[in-house]
Amino acid sequence: MPLFSEAGLPASYVPLSFSDWQQRPEWPAVSLANTDPVEDLAPHVGRLRLIVLNFPKFSDGRAYSQARLLRGRMGYRGELRATGGVLIDQIPFMLRCGFDSFESEQKGFEEALAKARTLFSVVYQPTEDGRIPASRLRLDHTVAPTP
Amino acid sequence: MPDTYFYRYDDFDRTLVAERVEQFRDQVRRRLAGELTEEQFKPLRLTNGLYLQLHAYMLRIAIPYGTLASRQLRKLAEISRKYDRGYGHFTTRQNLQLNWIRLEDAPDALAALAEVDMHAMQTSGNCIRNVTADHYAGAAVDEIEDPRIWCEIVRQWSTLHPEFSFLPRKFKIAITGSPNDRAAVRVHDIGLRLWKNEAGEVGFEVIVGGGLGRTPMIGKTLREFLPRDELLAYLEATLRVYNRYGRRDNLYKARIKILVHEIGAEKMREEVEAEYLSIRDSALRLPAETIEAIAHQFAPPVLPERPMISGRVEAERLSNADFALWLKSNVAPHRVKGYAIVTASLKPAGSPPGDASAAQMEGVADIADAFSQSELRVSHEQNLIFPHVAIDDLPQVYKSLAALGFAEANIGKITDIIACPGLDYCALANARSIPVAQRISTHFAGLARQHDIGDLKIKISGCINACGHHHVGHIGILGVDKNGVELYQLSLGGDVDFGKTAIGTILGPAVTADKVVEAVDSLVATYLDNRQDNERFVDTYRRLGAKPFKERVYAAV
Repeated sequence: MPLFSEAGLPASYVPLSFSDWQQRPEWPAVSLANTDPVEDLAPHVGRLRLIVLNFPKFSDGRAYSQARLLRGRMGYRGELRATGGVLIDQIPFMLRCGFDSFESEQKGFEEALAKARTLFSVVYQPTEDGRIPASRLRLDHTVAPTP
Repeated sequence: MPDTYFYRYDDFDRTLVAERVEQFRDQVRRRLAGELTEEQFKPLRLTNGLYLQLHAYMLRIAIPYGTLASRQLRKLAEISRKYDRGYGHFTTRQNLQLNWIRLEDAPDALAALAEVDMHAMQTSGNCIRNVTADHYAGAAVDEIEDPRIWCEIVRQWSTLHPEFSFLPRKFKIAITGSPNDRAAVRVHDIGLRLWKNEAGEVGFEVIVGGGLGRTPMIGKTLREFLPRDELLAYLEATLRVYNRYGRRDNLYKARIKILVHEIGAEKMREEVEAEYLSIRDSALRLPAETIEAIAHQFAPPVLPERPMISGRVEAERLSNADFALWLKSNVAPHRVKGYAIVTASLKPAGSPPGDASAAQMEGVADIADAFSQSELRVSHEQNLIFPHVAIDDLPQVYKSLAALGFAEANIGKITDIIACPGLDYCALANARSIPVAQRISTHFAGLARQHDIGDLKIKISGCINACGHHHVGHIGILGVDKNGVELYQLSLGGDVDFGKTAIGTILGPAVTADKVVEAVDSLVATYLDNRQDNERFVDTYRRLGAKPFKERVYAAV
């Protein structure tokens, strides 16, 4: 499946399935099912270079939570790749949850990815993408608009 | 003076809604060009409020916490004329549905909504839905704190939430700020009840896993008292547990109530509390300044106190028996002396519950401008409310409502029926709801008799999904399909009042459509023959049990 990322194609590691990786936890790349216990990666995130999270269907949103736990709770800094049911219209959500590479067969994906960060110039939630939510911007009275 | 007494969009809110409209415009274009399959397009249109119904697309417009300014209601009337057939349907979730929208027009309809700071985001789909509240909020005598402040905070947090836009199933949150719950918080995915503890602090009771539908359940209290500034952390923790562990293998077992039921309230609490502890002190904690800024926007209008007794009201009461009944059923006490909360009945005898034409919407907006600080509420019982009416103005409000056909003195009575759209519109329905409601309403149309029968809530759903809340009706009516015949199952004893919330019990075999009115008539007759003192229908039922009701109904039908 074609691979896309904002920063150009990253160095390639071959990810192991979670059960294989548990046998070889020194390996820097792992692929999780969305039912695998993401918490188990916590002691290893400093070493991991690629974590692949799977969307069995685009409508199955469990991997969004896995992504946020990896980025927010565990401080994972390596590549976080979405695979499976990955569609253009999910990119803004995925970026906000910390994904930075994507496997997708949908036509026009690259163009959509280039525009995805600017599709919404306002966000309401604090997440792992570092964007400042509207509620915080409002507290900074130098930028907050008057109603 | 502010132009409204509730949250006003700033440029952040307006920008986000405008960008959302443009995103949807592009999605519709791609769908029409064949770049998106219907399967791919479906969740996109649903999270923008667009359903594909039996005959056409339906647009469900969000009315957050049921609060509307008159100028917004006028815009809804305009949109219903321009893009629909000149009427709309107010729903049990305080939303407005337009039933005849063309896909090509939907982006323009949404852009028109955005002109008055409204949207249709997350009124459908497997995401956090429009948040509902007590329809008397900001005016109720018994209110501890205006729940809409918290609804607005939740509205912003939940809007386009990146983690929770593909949940196992839809997710509904309701908030009440009064001990007398008018928001049905025990039958929502999450219900929040503001209360004051012994130390005088205000916080939330957090109730999780209630719901109606196929498997009705009363929610469990996960937290007795949650500090207000930790609300979003607790919600995010609950939603995360649900998103990760809620069932996705079976559509009918995917709501959070099933997860709570299967793992138990104790385990659910452990999971949520553990998650909550690790995010409690994050950016989700609400700064006092943020809460104050939003609370400030809900500051109530300054209403000078006025006499409680009005000569005009007394004169009209003596000369007009219908007005006298209307005062009893459609007028509720207001927290400021000399004012009242008035409910306009969208249930005139024989009409589809909750429908209003564009002209009626404009008429209601005019009344709100003249007599109620230009503000309105939509109730989950599908009526419209004027929250701030001077008692002395009641005769004029009554007269203006009568001219619109919305002055029926039936609030809380047997013809104030909740009904879902049913098989007349809905692709999921098994049976019609509206015609059943219309027949019952016509049969019991006399006001004196309705007031004699007293408080009686009839709720009708056209299928097991229970949009008409039949489980919590004093009399619940559920349409079922048996080999192509529409039958109606009766249940008794449901209730949504706080502390008394109950799921009704099925009375016996379902009856045919032409027997529903007779059956209801028999239930009422049984009550009238047996009631003691000022007992309501549901009290008599609780005292006597189903037996006498059952015998009479099945002897008659």
